[in-house]
Amino acid sequence: MSKSKKDITKMTPEEADKATIDAINKVAKEIYKDIKKERAPELVSPQRSLKNVLPFRKRIGFLELGDKKKTRTLSVNTVKTFAQSLKMMGLSKELVQTNDFATKRDAYYQSKNWGTAAFKDQPESDTVMDDMEALMSRYGLGREHLRYVPDEHGGSVAGALKVHDRDLETGEPEIIDCTRFGSGAYSIPSWVEHLTFETDAEFVLCVETAGMFQRLQSHKFWRKKNCILVSLGGVPSRACRRFVRRLSEQADIPVYAFVDCDPYGIANIYRSLKVGSGNAAHVNHLFCVPKARFLGVTPEDIKKYKLPTHPLKDIDVKRANDALNNDPFFQAHPRWQAAINGLLNMGVRAEQQALARWGLNYVMEEYLPEKLDNPKRFLP
Amino acid sequence: MSQESLGLFDGHEESETTQTAEAPIKASEKAPVDEGELAAGEADDAEPIEAGDKPKAKPKRRSNARAMAKGQRAISISEFFTKNRHLLGFDNPSKALLTAVREAVDNALDAAEEAGILPHITVEISQVKGKSDRYRMLVRDLGPGIIKRQIGRIFGKLLYGSKFHRLKQSRGQQGIGISAAGMYAQITTGRDIEVISKTGKRRPANRVEMRIDTKRNEPKYKLEEEIEWEYDHGTEIVMVMSAVYKGGKHGVAEFLRQTALSNPHAHIEFQPPRGERVIYERNVHDLPLEPVEIQPHPHGVELGILMRMMHDTKRRNLTDFLREEFCRVSSRVAEEMIAAAAKNIPDRSRSQLIRRNPKMMQRHEAEALYRVMQDTKLMAPPTNCLSPIGPDAMITGLFSLFDPGEHDEDEFFVTSETRSPAVYRGNPFQVEVGIVHGKGLQGDTQAEVFRFANRVPLQYQFGACAVTKAVTSLNWRQYHLQQPRGGLPIGPMVVAVHIASGWVPYTSESKEAIAHYPEILAELRLALQVCARRLAKHIKRKRRAADELKKRAYITNYVGPIADALDEILGLPDGETKAIEGHLEAIITETRGGEVKA
Repeated sequence: MSKSKKDITKMTPEEADKATIDAINKVAKEIYKDIKKERAPELVSPQRSLKNVLPFRKRIGFLELGDKKKTRTLSVNTVKTFAQSLKMMGLSKELVQTNDFATKRDAYYQSKNWGTAAFKDQPESDTVMDDMEALMSRYGLGREHLRYVPDEHGGSVAGALKVHDRDLETGEPEIIDCTRFGSGAYSIPSWVEHLTFETDAEFVLCVETAGMFQRLQSHKFWRKKNCILVSLGGVPSRACRRFVRRLSEQADIPVYAFVDCDPYGIANIYRSLKVGSGNAAHVNHLFCVPKARFLGVTPEDIKKYKLPTHPLKDIDVKRANDALNNDPFFQAHPRWQAAINGLLNMGVRAEQQALARWGLNYVMEEYLPEKLDNPKRFLP
Repeated sequence: MSQESLGLFDGHEESETTQTAEAPIKASEKAPVDEGELAAGEADDAEPIEAGDKPKAKPKRRSNARAMAKGQRAISISEFFTKNRHLLGFDNPSKALLTAVREAVDNALDAAEEAGILPHITVEISQVKGKSDRYRMLVRDLGPGIIKRQIGRIFGKLLYGSKFHRLKQSRGQQGIGISAAGMYAQITTGRDIEVISKTGKRRPANRVEMRIDTKRNEPKYKLEEEIEWEYDHGTEIVMVMSAVYKGGKHGVAEFLRQTALSNPHAHIEFQPPRGERVIYERNVHDLPLEPVEIQPHPHGVELGILMRMMHDTKRRNLTDFLREEFCRVSSRVAEEMIAAAAKNIPDRSRSQLIRRNPKMMQRHEAEALYRVMQDTKLMAPPTNCLSPIGPDAMITGLFSLFDPGEHDEDEFFVTSETRSPAVYRGNPFQVEVGIVHGKGLQGDTQAEVFRFANRVPLQYQFGACAVTKAVTSLNWRQYHLQQPRGGLPIGPMVVAVHIASGWVPYTSESKEAIAHYPEILAELRLALQVCARRLAKHIKRKRRAADELKKRAYITNYVGPIADALDEILGLPDGETKAIEGHLEAIITETRGGEVKA
């Protein structure tokens, strides 16, 4: 990333495509030069492990990787993956030039034309794709820039938002009004780099469960509070995170996360949404949503709203301790440490739907408005 | 029969029987039977063997000693054999044929070597016309021959021979073998044994037809004649016996094949009942070193043997007896031993004992001396009584197992190791191991193990043998071979193991397996390890070469796609992809550290 002159997240889709092609050419040219000199070419990528994740810096806003590098030199043992990585890059360039995309599965089947270098199963192609993404992350690129899109479901959106898309075939613009999905919702595509947004909403509300999202959407909560609702569906997908990120940046509005009050909701869902993950730290700069804040449910809410609870399981305790001891994000935030410790001391967890104890619509009528009156008090 | 009653000073009063010339053989290898003494007819005691008529203690008297004495008589060794032939390897018709060939060939090899003649042996087996279970065995050697008056004794008298008394490496040991074969033939077919022997070019060949008087253990000539014989010297024996001819591991053909391996200085020809004549050419043209006869080592004698030696000796006093009749005993050592023994004999002073006539030694005196002899530290026995095959001859022999045209160093590996002599129970012995590995041998099965004792192949009782134990107890996996737990290694290989000793400790009289002495097992393992280490090196080298080839093929698989991809991305000029492929191969080959070049 350090090598790119301009932050790729700030580029237009056209600029990003050009940067992608430049990066591919550059990598290929370096390899070509080495080969001509009969020097073993190398593929350098950042080391992707928690050990190489730096302490969290608020100014940066995401979990960033350190300088540790992994160098893969062409040798007997690496020749196959080396060939496959290059073929993947070649395919990538073609996809960018034809403005097309491929899923992992597509790429796997495409490889069947590569003769001996064909992937023998999808795990093999997945590994090579991860490696290549890591490699290209040096240029700030994510897999999506290379036009390899995930197969996963992207999440749903409803509310005060118009999404500007375009017809892949004709290039005609298409405008999607997210207020007009009735009791349904707009489904985030797996590839969002080309989308632009038109909105006057005041914030984005990301909801963990589809059930809660459905309630808020059906009762048009977004109209009441002039906001955009996003269903995360558990740990948000890359597309969903990227979508929220781009949306929050373009519209310059805050993002509030409304998830279960348990270590999973806090340390996995919210943390991933806000600062990215340790495993894919090389692309965190693309997928983090620095504007995100934690609305609830907080450990304090459990007491305040007398929520029905469940005891913490062993795995919950382990997650919570992991967050306290190993996670640079939580380590950088004393308020979070206090909150997590409070949860551990109570020894319980509460789901967001536990609010239904006070009535099905209590969440819309009392809880959320009360919370939204004081966004400053949200956890960082 | 107890060990003690074989002693010579304590049995007179209980022996009512008048002995002829026999002592019974015992099944245990420890029985110190000396047929020389028996032949001379001076055995002074031997207890009747426990035949069916031996009385048992019963509350009710049914007979008395005098009446019973009538039923008690000596059993001739020949009679004993007819009832216990399994002890000597004649349990069944197929094994009997092998045993007979084996005894004849062993004798022929021993005789030729002793005379300093390179052995030349012919074996012919043919089926008797019209009798599917009868075979005629002919074994002819071009050895020194046998003088006329000895022919009968050698072939017609059990326990007659030159090898039993001496501690010297030889194939036969007890002098039972060939006459037992003759007796087996006679019992099963009633046919006489034919022997032709000639001792020199200008001497007549003697031909006899004889049978064995099984009661008296004496040969009985049916025919004696002088004939013309085409060979300068040698011996030919013909027997017809009830037998089954079998191939495979336990067969005669395999015996001769392995004999050729362990005796590369011998020329061996074999005419099986059906099929082509097999000829094992002489590969080594020097006779093996002649083993020297040695005296017994004090650690190697049993009490009974010591007592008999004292009885038989011509020495007049104990000091001389110890010094002259044993190896590694000097006058000083002899006197020290006697002095130590005297302390445990209340009624003898040291000086009395030193001068004592060995013949007069009482049982308790002998026992005291025996204990001291066992405990005294002594030099190991001399080892010139051993004649190993030798590492080079072993390799030559192992090579001869294969078609010489196939000897490609990469495909084929032979090694051998001859250990320095070692000692068990006062007996010197020496272990040799040879391993062949490679093409032409059966690959995915267990390794073949050839066992040799004094150059004689052992074909039965594989599981009971110390050699098998040593081979299976080795961890072959560390030598890059597969091995099922506690089993033989898997692979295209033959492991040949030879034990040479003046007295090979067989587990039984039929000489089929070697006893598990810890000293022997240790030597076996050491020799096997040395060879296995060399083999491991070879296997590793071979494997590496194969891996390199595989890797090379692997590299070329992917060089093309790399060049293609670069072309796709960068749009290379024409012909450039080919050039790149060349560079790539060079690069990857180099990253292998040059190993590929091999």
